[in-house]
Amino acid sequence: MSFDEIRQQAKLEWGALRYSDKPHIYVGTATCGQAAGATAVIEAMKKELARLGIEALITEVGCVGLCYAEPIVDIVKPGGLRISYGSVTPEIITQLITDYLVNDNPRPDLALGTIGEGTIPGIPKFLELPVMKPQVRLALRNCGNIDPTDIKQYIANDGYTGFTKALQMTPEAVIEEMKKSGLRGRGGAGFPTGQKWQFCRSAKGTEKYLICNADEGDPGAFMNRSQLESDPHSVLEGMLIGAYAIGTTHGYIYCRAEYPLAIQRLETALKQMRECGLLGEKILGSNFSFDIEIKEGAGAFVCGEETALMVSIEGKRGMPRSRPPFPANSGLWGKPSNINNVGTWADAATVMQRGSDWYAKFGSEKSKGTKTFSLAGKVVRTGLIEVPLGIPLKDIIFGIGGGISDNKTFKAVLTGGPSGGCLPASLQDLPVDYESLARAGSIIGSGGMLVADETTCMVDMARFFLSFVQNESCGKCVPCRVGTRQMLTILERITKGKGEPADIQTLEQLAKLVASTSLCGLGQTAPNPTLTTLRYFRDEYEAHINEKRCPALACKELINYYILPDKCEGCQICFRNCPVQAISGDRRMVHVIDQEKCTKCGTCLSVCPERFGAVVKVSGQKIEVPEKPIPVTVKPRAAAKT
Amino acid sequence: MQEKLGQVLAAYRGQKGATIPVLQKAQEVLGFLPEEAIAEVATLLGMSKNEVYGVATFYAQFRFEKQGDHTVKCCQGTACYVQGGRRILDAVEDELKLAPGKTTTPDYKFSVETVACFGACALAPVMVVDNTVYSKLTPAKAREILSKI
Repeated sequence: MSFDEIRQQAKLEWGALRYSDKPHIYVGTATCGQAAGATAVIEAMKKELARLGIEALITEVGCVGLCYAEPIVDIVKPGGLRISYGSVTPEIITQLITDYLVNDNPRPDLALGTIGEGTIPGIPKFLELPVMKPQVRLALRNCGNIDPTDIKQYIANDGYTGFTKALQMTPEAVIEEMKKSGLRGRGGAGFPTGQKWQFCRSAKGTEKYLICNADEGDPGAFMNRSQLESDPHSVLEGMLIGAYAIGTTHGYIYCRAEYPLAIQRLETALKQMRECGLLGEKILGSNFSFDIEIKEGAGAFVCGEETALMVSIEGKRGMPRSRPPFPANSGLWGKPSNINNVGTWADAATVMQRGSDWYAKFGSEKSKGTKTFSLAGKVVRTGLIEVPLGIPLKDIIFGIGGGISDNKTFKAVLTGGPSGGCLPASLQDLPVDYESLARAGSIIGSGGMLVADETTCMVDMARFFLSFVQNESCGKCVPCRVGTRQMLTILERITKGKGEPADIQTLEQLAKLVASTSLCGLGQTAPNPTLTTLRYFRDEYEAHINEKRCPALACKELINYYILPDKCEGCQICFRNCPVQAISGDRRMVHVIDQEKCTKCGTCLSVCPERFGAVVKVSGQKIEVPEKPIPVTVKPRAAAKT
Repeated sequence: MQEKLGQVLAAYRGQKGATIPVLQKAQEVLGFLPEEAIAEVATLLGMSKNEVYGVATFYAQFRFEKQGDHTVKCCQGTACYVQGGRRILDAVEDELKLAPGKTTTPDYKFSVETVACFGACALAPVMVVDNTVYSKLTPAKAREILSKI
């Protein structure tokens, strides 16, 4: 079958699915959906449908990105609109089947929004929701919409037309198209993609390699996982285009082992590509041959670095080497190699499908197109988002994210994971693009965005990232191996209240040294979180060092819990719940915490009934409390009520 | 050892750069990598035992001691950390009565690992028991999950 015939058939099947006379139910079952309970929802749904004798089409789709609302179920009745329901439980789906499918009540109280032309009273339009409106979904266009295990659904939605277009062009023209689009590497460094491909194409030699970097190791980033689980073919199409442009016959996907579902989806996708003649010898009857192999990572963060990743594919210890020679000339097995991130490959497919002029319309002057981010931490709406580059930071945090959760205040956002930095609330108008973030001391990085509120200690955050990097440092070069260790020792000392005034200066000196002399990106960027927190939150460092106080009340060694004698009513709840028996007291006796025994776990604070509010957490402050339990002085409120 | 590994590993003989997949396969069969397995892999790939051991110890995935029947992976990534992942790990270690520095219970029922990130950050804090992801945990919820296994 030719590609045109496959495409035609795929479109027919897709149309049949969309205009079916049976209800169509979509359930998001990417890792996050499953973690939120999608599997139980499907089971309950199937059971209820069978009980009522309703025939329905069920499609398991990927992630639409609204992680806060998982599990998400979309229902389309024949001839009706697609309605999206969030936070669905087995009970809710059972209700929905009766209420909507049987009795035609769309339950606006449970719905997130409608997708498609027309409206339903009481339900907003999905794309008009505050979480969706600022977004431009190009790379994620299929995520949550198609079945990622069915190549035909991808093909029916213009899939692989970017590649067939490329096949009609010369490889040089494809590279030119990439350059015109302004696409830059989405893995963090932001190197122009077209130029990178050009280098590898021009490199001498016939044996060349193409690599997809899916070793998404930044803690707090999950864009690549979601993309691979929800729409693997978008990435694979990009790789086909790149392979054709560069002139290689062999490609690798290096995916971290912590993403089993992504690997499974990729395996299925590759098999289907072969069946459709999109992979292997003489692809689609052309002279172009290409094959892709999956390599599973084995748990080493440094392998996200390109040279380390390549030696890891070669089966060795994943340690980076100095550049030059650059991989474009001497990479995997010493041959010219081109490596791009998952996001870049998916974007390359979009560029070829829609054209470089169209793509370059999105984004800012020097940062074209869109970028996916994983928004997590203390925001109301966490999830996977895609925005045009240049969007103000506040539009992401307050618009899409819906602001800070639990009525707290926005303190900072950490971008780029352990290689990135923190941006304080005062920079919320900053446009999110490569240049602006770099000027502010951070990076876009792979796209992790972690929002912090006033309960997050910035010194502890810097310590956290550094301990991660220190742990993952491969040990090959001294600045990274020893420098990060020394920085960590100082930061640990500060968070434990043992910091000295000279520590800040030493930290700064060390940070600059490690950044400028380390061998690879891991070491060069490791000091970023420390440097940016020192730049924007120096007062917190000073409070830890000079006053032995943690303003965020987060550093265990610097906080204390006390039971206020004028509020405690001697109800014994904290006494019973303390895991280390550090609380003494009796009925109607004011309870007292033994500060020596207390492990600062915070259980007493969380269990003390709100109407008493007798437990307080303080730092750098001593509260006068009796040494031993004394009789309660406050009026027994609980008793008075009865 | 050879009977157990011979067949599964034969497919990799002479393959370029197969060290990591071979070690992964061996660990899948045996649950961990005892010294004899390292020796077996070295013979198969024509490498020295030292080289193979060097590669294996570089990567966090490989284990050199017998593991428990169930693997509990506690995420200590950024999002989980901010949302209290450390308290979950403390609760897990306490619930399973793990001795300091130990990762496997004496009855080999559980092994506890920490992982940098599962990529389920929006559902933090998370823990993965075998292949099931548990999200938005509290210390009490984590204890309850383990007590039911």
